[in-house]
Amino acid sequence: MRCRAGQCAPLKGTTMADVNRGNRPLSPHLTIYRPQWTSITSILVRITGNALLVAGLLIVWWFVAAATGPAAFALADGVLTSWFGKLVMLGSIWALWYHSLGGLRHLVWDSGRMLDVASSERAGQAMVALSVVLTIITVIIL
Amino acid sequence: MAFLTDRKRAVGMGSAKSGTHHHWQMMVTSVALLVLIPLFVFTFGTILGAPYAEVIAYYQRPFPAVVAILTMLVGFFHFRLGVQTVIEDYVHGFARKAAIIFMICLSYAAAGFAVFAIIRIAL
Repeated sequence: MRCRAGQCAPLKGTTMADVNRGNRPLSPHLTIYRPQWTSITSILVRITGNALLVAGLLIVWWFVAAATGPAAFALADGVLTSWFGKLVMLGSIWALWYHSLGGLRHLVWDSGRMLDVASSERAGQAMVALSVVLTIITVIIL
Repeated sequence: MAFLTDRKRAVGMGSAKSGTHHHWQMMVTSVALLVLIPLFVFTFGTILGAPYAEVIAYYQRPFPAVVAILTMLVGFFHFRLGVQTVIEDYVHGFARKAAIIFMICLSYAAAGFAVFAIIRIAL
């Protein structure tokens, strides 16, 4: 820090807060760990939750189109029931069940249960298996 | 100061200010969605692909309409909370604020359009 007449400025090539910025050892990050059931199933909860925005907005469009009239509905309904729309909906059904099971796991954790590694791993495996089963059941029913 | 408990002095002083409110809202909407999502999947899924007139008649019934309205409201509010956490984890600086504001507005707008549309169909 260099000060003159009450005005202070950081030294050249440094910032005020930390002169060693960018030159410190970093803690290990994602790339260094072997994938685990706990980490992967947790990351997937986040990905599925955000990806569901696509289906969510498509469904909003479908409702707005239905409220607008037959012509607008025909377009939105055509997109949602096209092969691409069906693919998005199929993926979203799995994402929805998976994310719901992930939320259920969080509620169980919040109650103080199943917090040990073995239970968490088993819950993760159950989420993957159950989400696939629920998706198949949904496709059969609908 | 002797009249203040330690807890009272600590409330609101953390970096998050509002403490556990975000998490509590997440829990409440999660529980609500555990009920709403299956109901919505099997009502919306039943009528998706049907002709226009059938869709309109279907959503003029109270149960499918209310399930759809509640799912859109609670679902997009839940999304708005979740996406804020994601942005806070991965985006920094001004872009963080801009992204959070944009996604909150998008979520509420989506819920608003959906609810208006469903009510318009139903009434």
